[in-house]
Amino acid sequence: MSDTIKTFKTSDLSPEFREEIFEEPGAEKITLCFNCTGCSSGCPMAEQEPEFNIRKFLRMANLGMKDELLNSPYLWYCTTCYKCQERCPQGVKNVDTLLKIRTIAVHNGIMLPAHKKVGQLVFNFGHAVPINDDTKEKRKALGLDEVPPTVHSFPDALDEVKKILHIAGFDEIVAEEEEKK
Amino acid sequence: MSKLSFFLGCIAPNRYPGIEISTKKVMEKLDVELEDLEGASCCPAPGVFKSFDKTTWLSMASRNITLSEEMGDDLLTICNGCFGSLVDANLMLKKDAALKEDVNKILFEIGHEFKGTQDVRHIIEYLYQEVGVEKIKKAVTTPIDLKVAVHYGCHLVKPTRERHLGSAENPTFFDELVEATGATSVDYEDKMACCGAGGGARTAVLDTTLHMVSNKLDHVIAAGVDCIVDACPFCHLQLDVGQTEIKKKFGKEYGVPVLHYSQLLGLAMGFTPEELGIDLNFVDNSKFIERIRGGAK
Repeated sequence: MSDTIKTFKTSDLSPEFREEIFEEPGAEKITLCFNCTGCSSGCPMAEQEPEFNIRKFLRMANLGMKDELLNSPYLWYCTTCYKCQERCPQGVKNVDTLLKIRTIAVHNGIMLPAHKKVGQLVFNFGHAVPINDDTKEKRKALGLDEVPPTVHSFPDALDEVKKILHIAGFDEIVAEEEEKK
Repeated sequence: MSKLSFFLGCIAPNRYPGIEISTKKVMEKLDVELEDLEGASCCPAPGVFKSFDKTTWLSMASRNITLSEEMGDDLLTICNGCFGSLVDANLMLKKDAALKEDVNKILFEIGHEFKGTQDVRHIIEYLYQEVGVEKIKKAVTTPIDLKVAVHYGCHLVKPTRERHLGSAENPTFFDELVEATGATSVDYEDKMACCGAGGGARTAVLDTTLHMVSNKLDHVIAAGVDCIVDACPFCHLQLDVGQTEIKKKFGKEYGVPVLHYSQLLGLAMGFTPEELGIDLNFVDNSKFIERIRGGAK
């Protein structure tokens, strides 16, 4: 942790970013936070990585610190365990709000390559974790069909999934740079 | 006989099919008919897909729910992540008419319509609330004398706003189900701690999440249990595959057997470990299986 105090000009802040976050129902409750630190002190991820500080992130969101927040690598550390959200005495929707901030990041083109890959798996196979040869053997040994009766066994069903993902624009979101128009 | 549509998700059918077959076996014994939800997809994963794009998340989740509606059944999940996604999507769409209209515009393109007629259930809360501990006790033929570390996982109980399962910090319903098999649920430090897998964190920062699950495994070992019993294939993967990754990356070996509740209940109903796929974990469970055969009962 750095000892230097960073200063920000109000002109560096983005009220529009704050308004965009508030589109998520309940996200405006971050204005009720009085910094009791109940959220961050109980966070199992903060125990491993102190730079992941949910209280600080939501305070930054409330101030409209768009660039700092969207570009923080720690934005992606939350496991969505909801412990903080359960404990907040002010009813702040910590996790729901963090997910909205992540969504804004993704729609600004900020996404981890590994997450993009998971998105591509879902688009291509309908499963975030598709079948593999090892599991096919295990399924046979148990007397199950080699391939489960999901989209894996029904090509028309997979087409349906691809179609709704396309309508929602998800294929564009997870496309590799060179594939994008 | 009650009937449910069986939603498989991704990790159970595609990594731990033992959980899939065990669920079928135990539900049959409990007079709950399961019909495969054919053509279902990824739920989709709540932490990851809600993070990316809410419309995508909702339209995929609602498609899965409409498949269940078309069968006229409530939907059964065996995974906390699937439960988190589908139960939340179902409730949001039932409550918000405008949102339902938006989603139905998308679903119309593929010939489905969300009506809001069915419920989404998780095997653990379903067994507790609809089947009941007493009926499960009666179905047990070979009580299992094991010391168990119960792992609830997060999305079974949280967010509590719509779960109606009591305290998220000290719940007891899963422990009661475990003890109905003859096993003892042993308390351990920080029992409700997250496994670390969710929210896309395992994908984003694997090593950090392994340190989280390593903490959990330390506490489980300190409590002197025979196995962990969970309610979610993704927690299951983090707890089981996680041990092999911890061994490789950090040189620490645990060797803790990890069972889904359907597998523990299957043992207590007299099925063999092999019939339940307990031998198909990534951690070598052979010593544990020997012990079961030798009569951990």
